[in-house]
Amino acid sequence: MYELENIRVLIVDDEEELAATIAERLEIRGIQTQTASDGDSALSLIKTHPPDVVVLDLMMPGIGGLGILKQINLLEKKIPVILLTGYASKERNIEGMNLGAVDYVLKPCQLDDLISKIQEAAKSK
Amino acid sequence: MKTNKFQEFITKYIFKIPEEGTSPERYKALRRNIIILMILVTVIPLSLMATINYYQYQKNLRDEIISPMNVLTNKTKRSFELFLEERLSTVRFITSAYSYQELSDPIILNKILSVLKREFDGFVDLGLISSKGKLLCYAGPYSFLDKDYSQQSWYHRVLISGRYISDVFLGYREFPHIAIAVQNLTDPNCCWILRTTIDTKKFDDLIATLELDPQCDAFLINREGILQTNSKFYGNVLESCQLDIPKGGQGTFVTESQDKNGRDIFIAYSYLVEPEYILVVVRPSSLILKTWFTFRTEIFFIYIASVLLIALLVYKLTDAQVNHIKIADQKRELAFRELEHSQKLSSIGRLAAGVAHEINNPLAIISQKAGLMKDLIETASNFKEKQKFIELTDAILKSTERCSTITHRLLGFARRMDVEHEDLSLNDVMQEVISFLEKEAMHRNIKIELHLDENLPRVSSDRGQLQQVFLNILSNAFAAVSDNGNISIRTWDEDTETVGVSIQDDGCGMSEKDLENIFEPFFTTKKGYGTGLGLPITYGIIKKMSGTIIVESKLGKGSTFTIYLPKIPNKILGV
Repeated sequence: MYELENIRVLIVDDEEELAATIAERLEIRGIQTQTASDGDSALSLIKTHPPDVVVLDLMMPGIGGLGILKQINLLEKKIPVILLTGYASKERNIEGMNLGAVDYVLKPCQLDDLISKIQEAAKSK
Repeated sequence: MKTNKFQEFITKYIFKIPEEGTSPERYKALRRNIIILMILVTVIPLSLMATINYYQYQKNLRDEIISPMNVLTNKTKRSFELFLEERLSTVRFITSAYSYQELSDPIILNKILSVLKREFDGFVDLGLISSKGKLLCYAGPYSFLDKDYSQQSWYHRVLISGRYISDVFLGYREFPHIAIAVQNLTDPNCCWILRTTIDTKKFDDLIATLELDPQCDAFLINREGILQTNSKFYGNVLESCQLDIPKGGQGTFVTESQDKNGRDIFIAYSYLVEPEYILVVVRPSSLILKTWFTFRTEIFFIYIASVLLIALLVYKLTDAQVNHIKIADQKRELAFRELEHSQKLSSIGRLAAGVAHEINNPLAIISQKAGLMKDLIETASNFKEKQKFIELTDAILKSTERCSTITHRLLGFARRMDVEHEDLSLNDVMQEVISFLEKEAMHRNIKIELHLDENLPRVSSDRGQLQQVFLNILSNAFAAVSDNGNISIRTWDEDTETVGVSIQDDGCGMSEKDLENIFEPFFTTKKGYGTGLGLPITYGIIKKMSGTIIVESKLGKGSTFTIYLPKIPNKILGV
């Protein structure tokens, strides 16, 4: 098992309340977290404090989750992305996976499920 | 007014068809109308033709009978006239050529008679009668010398018109004959008369030339209806004729009549000018109309056979046609209902997806907040109601989980289900699904009987969606059966293109009303925990796969779900 304390996770969701709550729960379990509610702040945070794993909501205003994913992929340093989606569209998820996301979690998610996927992603890094 | 009533009748009884629906009355009315109209349009012309033919043939046949009779009778009449005219001319010639003195000489008179007998048929005797009516000289087989004819009517007729041909009479000689008398008018002072008797055997010869059938008859009568020759059926010579001949007229006529024996006959009759005889030819109708009766029988049978054939054909054709219409109507109605259903599913799906998506975020927040609360309580050391709060947050988490199951199902229902094809074995998919449920089956002691066809051909289909289908149906079966219940699963090779799967349970079954609604979204019989989406999703998937799903159920007896799937889906075949 990958040590949870050594993982830094960036949670990107336009629902700030949700992002904050997930972050707080992950923190309780020892994971370091950051949150962002839009693409710009997410990308600047990635540049300033690069995380080990990004948990990314697909449905977001602006450039949207897939837009952010593309930007992340352009970065020199590869960061694994887990998609967080309320949309059960297989095509969208597949599109996200094709763009380099390592996994996806359906909203509303089980925290344990999310944590194990984060661990997997961090390992793959 | 009459037309209006007719139209009213037509619309009321013939064209009145229930307009909508597939009720039996509609097809009954349709069948009745088509049969009536088709029979009318075929039988009316047929009847008209048969009737016209009947009368036309009758007329033609009559003409064919009448004309020859007319011609023959006329010809024979002419022969009679010629015969008599010839004899009359001969006598007139003798009166003109010989003088009174010459004819008074029995030797010359006998000589003349012998010449006449040699040259002409029928002359029997010759007599010279004085202007006072006394027979002066006679040549012939009898001896009538000095006989006085002055009181006899023919004598006076000769004196008036100069000549006379008598009716047939027996006279002194006791055989039928006629007398021809001519007055000499060359010597005004001495008006003597030459009289000859002619044997009427020649009449019979003339009638014989008609060459009549044995049932036919021909004879001469005078204007008083006295027979001048023997008749086969209507009396002997000089008897009154037992047949009524229409009186009056000149020329030849043919009429239909009935004789005293009740025979239907054609009578051809012709008037001779001098003497005033009537030539009568009788032919029985039965003989002539034999062909007519044959024709009438033939036409009658042909007509009846045609009508029967038409009726049979019309009935069969109409039956087939109406059944065709009925099937087409049913298909259309079914297609319409399916379209309506799938439209309903898709619009409900879109609505549901929108709602589900909007709900997912707040649901996620509730879930995470409750999770956080639980996390915090669990870590708190001195919290009085710790256990109670953990239970409460667990309840919230469980509820949000239930909600998320529903929203994910809604999204799954709405999702455009593109079927991904892979080569798979239905038996394997079924085994996988059963493995999910084995625990519950064991726990509740539910017996799952498997009758999987080992040689079942592999099909091209979507594994995930098939799993969902089987899982949905099996979950329902598990919900329907009581503990210790039975579930039987079969797979088989239906035909060259189709495989079949059936899942049968001996559970509570469904009422007919429920059965009608099971594929309607949000319809559920599982009070409180059913989403009403399982079977609509199943239905949608099967339809997408170009398959069929059939449900049979009896309340209290159990249900059977039968699925037919194409071995190779239409999409791949390019249909």
